[in-house]
Amino acid sequence: MTDLTRRTAADLAGLLAAGEVSAVEVASAHLERIAAVDGKVHAFLHVAAERALAAARRVDDARAAGERLGPLAGVPLALKDVLAQHGVPTTCGSRILEGWLPPYHATVVRRLEDAGVVILGKTNMDEFAMGSSTENSAYGPTRNPWDLDCVPGGSGGGSSASLAAFLAPLAIGTDTGGSIRQPAAVTGTVGVKPTYGGVSRYGLVAFSSSLDQAGPCARTVLDAALLHAAIAGHDPLDSTSIDAPVPLVVDAARTPDVRGVRIGVVRELSGEGYQPGVEQRFGEAVQLLAELGASVTQVSCPHFGYALPAYYLIAPSEASSNLARFDGMRYGLRVGDDGDASAEEVMARTRAAGFGPEVKRRIMLGTYALSSGYYEAYYGQAQKVRTLIARDFAAAFERVDVLVSPTTPTTAFRIGERSEDPLAMYLADLCTIPTNLAGGAAISVPCGLAPEDGLPVGLQIMAPALADDGLYRVGAALEAAYVDRWGHPLLEEAPAL
Amino acid sequence: MPSITRTDVAHLARLARLALSDEELDAFAGQLDVILSAVARVGEVAAADIPPTSHAVPLTNVFRPDENRPCLDPAAALAAAPAAAEQRFRVPRILGDEE
Amino acid sequence: MTVVEEVAARYAPALGLETHVELGTRSKLFCGCPTAFGAPPNTQVCPTCLGLPGSLPVTNEAAVRYTVMIGLALHCSIARWCRFARKNYFYPDMPKDFQISQYDEPLCTDGWLDVPVDGEVVRVGIERVHLEEDTGKTLHVGGATGRIHGADYSLVDYNRAGIPLVEIVTKPIPGTGALAPQVARAYVTELRDLLRALGVSDVRMEEGSLRCDVNVSLAPLGADELGTRSETKNVNSLRSVERAVRHEIERQAEVLDAGGRVVQETRHWHEDTGVTTSGRSKEQAEDYRYFPEPDLVPLAPAPEWVESLRAALPELPSARRRRLQAEWGLTDRDLQTLVNAGALDVVAATVAAGAPPAAARKWWLGELARRANESGVEVSALPVTAEQVARVVALVDAGTLNDKLARVVLERVLAGDGSPDEVVEQRGLRVVSDAGALAAAVDEAIAAHPDVADKVRAGKVAAAGALVGAVMKATRGQADAQQVRELVLERLTSSSRRS
Repeated sequence: MTDLTRRTAADLAGLLAAGEVSAVEVASAHLERIAAVDGKVHAFLHVAAERALAAARRVDDARAAGERLGPLAGVPLALKDVLAQHGVPTTCGSRILEGWLPPYHATVVRRLEDAGVVILGKTNMDEFAMGSSTENSAYGPTRNPWDLDCVPGGSGGGSSASLAAFLAPLAIGTDTGGSIRQPAAVTGTVGVKPTYGGVSRYGLVAFSSSLDQAGPCARTVLDAALLHAAIAGHDPLDSTSIDAPVPLVVDAARTPDVRGVRIGVVRELSGEGYQPGVEQRFGEAVQLLAELGASVTQVSCPHFGYALPAYYLIAPSEASSNLARFDGMRYGLRVGDDGDASAEEVMARTRAAGFGPEVKRRIMLGTYALSSGYYEAYYGQAQKVRTLIARDFAAAFERVDVLVSPTTPTTAFRIGERSEDPLAMYLADLCTIPTNLAGGAAISVPCGLAPEDGLPVGLQIMAPALADDGLYRVGAALEAAYVDRWGHPLLEEAPAL
Repeated sequence: MPSITRTDVAHLARLARLALSDEELDAFAGQLDVILSAVARVGEVAAADIPPTSHAVPLTNVFRPDENRPCLDPAAALAAAPAAAEQRFRVPRILGDEE
Repeated sequence: MTVVEEVAARYAPALGLETHVELGTRSKLFCGCPTAFGAPPNTQVCPTCLGLPGSLPVTNEAAVRYTVMIGLALHCSIARWCRFARKNYFYPDMPKDFQISQYDEPLCTDGWLDVPVDGEVVRVGIERVHLEEDTGKTLHVGGATGRIHGADYSLVDYNRAGIPLVEIVTKPIPGTGALAPQVARAYVTELRDLLRALGVSDVRMEEGSLRCDVNVSLAPLGADELGTRSETKNVNSLRSVERAVRHEIERQAEVLDAGGRVVQETRHWHEDTGVTTSGRSKEQAEDYRYFPEPDLVPLAPAPEWVESLRAALPELPSARRRRLQAEWGLTDRDLQTLVNAGALDVVAATVAAGAPPAAARKWWLGELARRANESGVEVSALPVTAEQVARVVALVDAGTLNDKLARVVLERVLAGDGSPDEVVEQRGLRVVSDAGALAAAVDEAIAAHPDVADKVRAGKVAAAGALVGAVMKATRGQADAQQVRELVLERLTSSSRRS
C-alpha cells in the first residue's frame, strides 16, 4: 500500500470503512511523519500522540463492534491552536496562554470527536491569529514546505503547512481576514471560510468576533467539503450561529460542473501591487472556467478598495476588547506579582510580557479607534464602509452566482521580508478581507505555480451567505480540470522534505 | 490626519493595561502613526446616510431558555489560576474604588 | 425646623437615583449557571461566566422578558430594536475585563412611577431601564479593616458574575424641597414593591439584590439650572437611602454656604457613621470605549409580544392600594398608616385568609407591630404567617379566645411553639364558657370574699370587680370577664331578692 500520508481524507475514509487499514495505522503513519519532518516545518505546537492513538483505537473498536460511524471516522486532523480542546494545551501562539489547559471543548472539537476524527495535535499560528505569515507566533515561525525560507501564510500557517507537508490530510483553520484562504493559497492547498454563522465559534478564542469563522483546510475540494459537513451546523452555544440547514457541500464537491454558472471577475482585485505570475495564473484559471462552460463577466465592487482600512479598524477594535481578559488574574501567565505590586500593575506587566509586538500594536490601534472622540471617525465610519462593501457584494450577486479573484496579491514571501513593515504585511489579506466584512463564504483553490518563483498561486471563489455549496461546485470543477491538465495534483510538485 | 505622539501611545497603553518600555513607546508611536494614516482612508467614503453594520449576519432575538446547565467543578474552575486560596482566585491588592 | 428644612429654605435640592436590581431568574444572563445566593465560592461558574478564552454568551430569554415587564410597569417605551454593548474597563471582579451592558440603546426609555410621600403623590420620571451582567465578589484580605484600602491581596468569587442586573435610572427629580430624603426612600420602596409584585426579583436588599446610587445636587432657589451633583454609590437599605440624601444635602449646603463649590464626584456611603466620603472625581473618569457586543445579536421585541406582556402584567402596588382602600373602606390616613408600617401586604394576606379587614389591621398594627419594633424587624419579617393571624382572629370571633388569650397565643406562635391551634391545645388556652364550671368558680369567690359580696348585695355594684378578678385569677384568665361579671351580679342580686 502506498504511503498513507499521501492519501486524501476521502481515500483514507474509504480504506478505513473497507477495513483495509486501521485508524491506529493511519494515525501512526502521520505521527511518524510528524516526528520525522516537522522539525523542518514546525507546523505543530503540540503533538498529542497518545491521545490521538487512543482516539484511533476507539474508532477501530467501534468499527469492530459494528457501530455506525461518520464518514471521517479514523481520519487524522491537525487543529489550529486557537480552538479550545479539553485538557490539551491551547496557546493561540501566545506566551500569555502558555500552559493553559481548557476545561471544555470548542463545539468544533466536540463535533470532530463525535465524528471519530483523530486530532493529532495543535498547529502553529500568528499570535491570536493576528498576522499573515505565522511569524508572529511566540513559539517561532512555521516554514512553507514549498520553500523552507518562505512563510506558509498566516495566521493559520501551521494548518496549511501540515497539509502541504503531508503531516495530516485535514486541518481546521480560522479566518478573520483571510487566515484560512491566504495560507491555503501560498501552500497549494484548499481552504474554505464558511458563511459567517455557519460553523460555531464556541470555543474559538476570539480575535474579532464579528469576523472570525472556523473552517476546513484540506488538500482537495472534496476533503474540505467532508470536513465542512462534519463541523458545520447550528449551535445553541453561539448566538451568531445560523439556525438553517448546512448547504449540501459534499454533494456539490461531487458535482464538478460549472456549465451555466455565472462567474464575476472582481475588477478592483487586480492591477497595481499584484505579482505578474499571480495575475497570469489567475487569468488562465478564469479562461479555464470559461472553457468548462461558465459564463464569465467583469464585475465592479467600488468599495472593495476601502475594505482593508475598514478591516484594520474593526478587527483591532474588537480585539482590544476580546483580549482584555488576558490579565493574569484567572489563568495563564502572571508577571510581576511581588506582593507589593497592585492588581492593576500586575495586569499591565503581565500583558506587556505576554503579548508580542503585533498584538500590542493592534490592541492599541483598537483602543484608539474606540476611544471617546475618535469612535465616529474610525470605528463608526469603518462600520458604515462595511455596509457599503456588503451592498457591493449584494449588487454583484444580483448578476453572478460567484465572484472570483486571486486569493493573495503575491505568492509566499520570504521569512523576515515583511516582519518590520506592518502595512506591507497587511496587504497579504487585500483580496480575502471583503468576504469577512460581508459575512459570505469563500474558498481558495490552487491554480498553478507562479512562473517567476515556482510558488503556488490560489484562486479565490466568493459566494453569498449560505451559498457555500457553490464554492465547492466551482472549486471541484477547476480542481478536476487542473488534475486533468497537469496529470496530477499540484502538491505532487512540492519538493520532498 | 491623525498624528500619534509618544504621549498618546502612553495614554493608550494605560487604557489597555500594557506596561510598555520607553523603547516600545517610541517604536509604537511611529508605527501607529503610519497605520492610522493609512486606515484613516475610510473617512474618504461619503457615508453620512449609511447605516453601520455591527454584525455580519442580520439575526435578531437569539435566546436561551432560563434553564440551568452543569457548572464547572470548582477545582476545574480554579485549576488554571495563577494563585488561589479558600476556593477563590487570589489576586494582588486592588487600588482605587470599591465597586 | 430640621437642618434639611432650613437648607430647603435657601436651596432647591434635586435627586437622581440609579437602582440596580438582580433579577430572580433561575440561570445567569448569558449562561446556564444557577443564581442562588450564598453558594460556596466558585461553584456556580462555567467557561462563559468565568470569561474563559473561546466562551460565548447566549441571552437568557427570561431576563429580557423581565426587563420589558419592568419597563412596562414603569410606563416606558420599549425599544423596537436595540443592542447590548461592551463597557470596557479592567477590574479583577470582571472576568472578561468588559461588562456586557447596554449603552445608547436601552431596552426601555422614558417612563414614570408615582410615589406616595406623606399623603401626596410624587411622579418620578424614569430615564431608562436596561439589562446588564453583574460582577464577581471580592474579599479584601489583610489590612486593618477588611476594606480595599490597605489590603494585602484579594480573593475573588465569580458566583455572582453574570447574574442579570437591571439598571433603572430616574430623570432628575426637582421640586421636592425638604421632602427630598423621604421622596428618595419612598421611590425605592415603591420600586421594590413594584418589582416584587411583578415577580421579577425577590429584592432582598440585605443580600445586595437591590443597590442604589444616589445623585444629589443643590441649586439656589429660583435658579434655572440644576447644581453640580455628587453620586453616592452603594446605598443598600431604604433607611440608608434617606440618610444618605439627608447627609448629602447638609454637606453640600455647608460647602455652598462657605462659598465653596460642589465637586462632581463619586462618593462612598458609610453605613456605620452615616456620612459620605469622596471617591474618584469625574475628571479622572475611565474611557469605557463602548461598542456593540458582536457576540450577541440585536434584540428586537416584537410589538405583539410586548403587548401580550403588558396585558399579563399583575396588579401593581398603586392600583392595589387604591383597590384595597376602597374594599376595606379606609381613609387616606388609614392607608398611609398601613403603608408606612409596611403592613399592607401582610394585612391583605390575612384578609385573604379569611379575617375581617378591621381585625387584621388591628392585630398587625397593634400587637404585632409592637413585637416587630421590639425585635427591630419589619412586620413582614416576623415569624408568623398571615394564615396564623387569620386563625387567631377566627378563634376570637368564635369566642374560643379573648383578646388577652389571643395575645398569649400569638406570643407563643412567634416563639415557635407551633400553630395557633397547637398552642391553644398544648396550653389549654381557651375561654372557660362551661356554665357549670364558671358558676362553681363564682360561688367559690363569693364564699371567699363575704365582705365584698355584702357590699354588692348592698347595691355597690362597682365592688363586683374584685369578685370578677378573683374568678379570672382562679380560671387563669381563660374566662370571659363580661360573662363572669354578669354571673356575679346575677348570683348576688337574685340571692338578695330571695332573702
